[in-house]
Amino acid sequence: MYRLLRFILVVALLSPVLTSSVFANAEPHHGAPNKELTPEEKREKNTEFVKHHTHDSHSFGIVSSEEGGWHLGFPLPVILWDGGLHVFMSSAFEHGEKVVESNGNYYKLDTHDGKIYKTDEHGTVMTKSTVDEKTDEETISKLKPIDFSITKNVFTTMLMCLFLFFLFRSVAKSYKSGLAPTGAAKFIEPIVIFIRDEIAIPNIGEKAHKKYMVYLLTVFFFIWFLNLMGMTPLGINVTGNIAVTFVLAMFTFFITQFTAKKDYWMHIFWMPGVPVPMKIMLIPIELIGLVVKPFALMIRLYANMLAGHIVLGALIAAVYFFDAYFAKAAFLGLTFFMNIIELLVAALQAYIFTMLTALYFGSAAAVHEEAH
Amino acid sequence: MESLLGEFSVGLAFWQAMLFLGLLLLLRKFAWKPILNSVNEREAKISESLELAEKTRAEMETMKAQNENLLKEARAERDAMIKDTKETVNTMIEDAKGKARVEADKVQSLARDAFTAEKVAAIAELKTQVASISIEIAEKVLRGELASQDKQTTLANKLVEDINMN
Repeated sequence: MYRLLRFILVVALLSPVLTSSVFANAEPHHGAPNKELTPEEKREKNTEFVKHHTHDSHSFGIVSSEEGGWHLGFPLPVILWDGGLHVFMSSAFEHGEKVVESNGNYYKLDTHDGKIYKTDEHGTVMTKSTVDEKTDEETISKLKPIDFSITKNVFTTMLMCLFLFFLFRSVAKSYKSGLAPTGAAKFIEPIVIFIRDEIAIPNIGEKAHKKYMVYLLTVFFFIWFLNLMGMTPLGINVTGNIAVTFVLAMFTFFITQFTAKKDYWMHIFWMPGVPVPMKIMLIPIELIGLVVKPFALMIRLYANMLAGHIVLGALIAAVYFFDAYFAKAAFLGLTFFMNIIELLVAALQAYIFTMLTALYFGSAAAVHEEAH
Repeated sequence: MESLLGEFSVGLAFWQAMLFLGLLLLLRKFAWKPILNSVNEREAKISESLELAEKTRAEMETMKAQNENLLKEARAERDAMIKDTKETVNTMIEDAKGKARVEADKVQSLARDAFTAEKVAAIAELKTQVASISIEIAEKVLRGELASQDKQTTLANKLVEDINMN
């Protein structure tokens, strides 16, 4: 397990080099044959490239070449709910080129936004028009099935969950042979103790922190390791996805509300120690705060990770955008530097998320002895 | 906001929630509880051991002090014993000396008494002998004196004279 962990860290560190070599396969597309592309077109293509790599995908692509028209990767199962269950492999889409028929419905993959739309048998996207009653404005929206596919992000998360499970189970098992940490526990234990002594206890309290430890530890390692996964050249961007951070923030939100003591609600609905008019005025403010806290958690992690990926993607694209070798070298160096920064950010964001979660738990678990 | 909502995938959120919940429950049972228990157990053990060491040290300290005290006491006792012995010896010697002196005095006085007695006896004897000798001499002289009538008369006169003069 320890070796696997080391491998991932090494891969993450080497990712700028590896990423460059991966894109080197796609060089012909950026190189001589496409010289006729105007700088604007080139720019647009690069924007598309960067955007594409931050999006979730229905297949697990590793290397692809537009020039050669080939893709290396593997398909993932597509699960759609559209009045009934539709299950097929994403390879059936043939990268958005084919319409897939499933139980009498037709679906097509839009390669630009990576979404699956409902179509007719010729591949024309079905639309639905809704008229706003007040303004009489007609909005046309594309028909979409609810997508429960095992996408790249879901697949990565599954793998990560398995990895984390086996890693921490082996760590737990290593304690059976003796109380001193051995193997992976040597690496994991200081972090566990750090989360307990520097995050949980100062924010929640000596007594109350125990029941929150499971969540704090899990969320820290989950975010950190997924952030690190995002550093690999596979173009995985799980923690930079709003749905993922939304779920994590929701967990924090609900755990906070469900474990909250009387004092917590007291501080929201009847703030002690202030005059009655102030108490009434504070209610909506506190209620907004209730929602803003998890919202901020969600946006912070999402924006930080997405921004990191966009910057890295842009820098890598810049390596191919410029023809001068010194510019390529400079951007390669900058990419490497940014990678190191992103490694730091990966740990930092996991820390911040855990830290703020502990802070919210602390307010929920706090019992004030005296009135303010 | 529009693009944010557009990017939001319900399916991904669903899977994410399921997977994370599963991971949470699995790790709670198989990882965090045993790990935290072991860590806590070890910490308790370490602090216990440290406490024990501290206690042992304190005990050692008191024992050392006790030993020192014992040693001191023993030393004092020894000194006292030596002193006692010396005193006893001294008194014994003094006693012996006194006794010897008394004995010697006794012997001396006895000797002196015996000597005096001897002396007295000897003097007495001497006296008797001298007396007898004197008497013999006197007898002889008297015999010589009384050999003639003249001499008898002269003597008698002389004696009478002596008595008269007294």
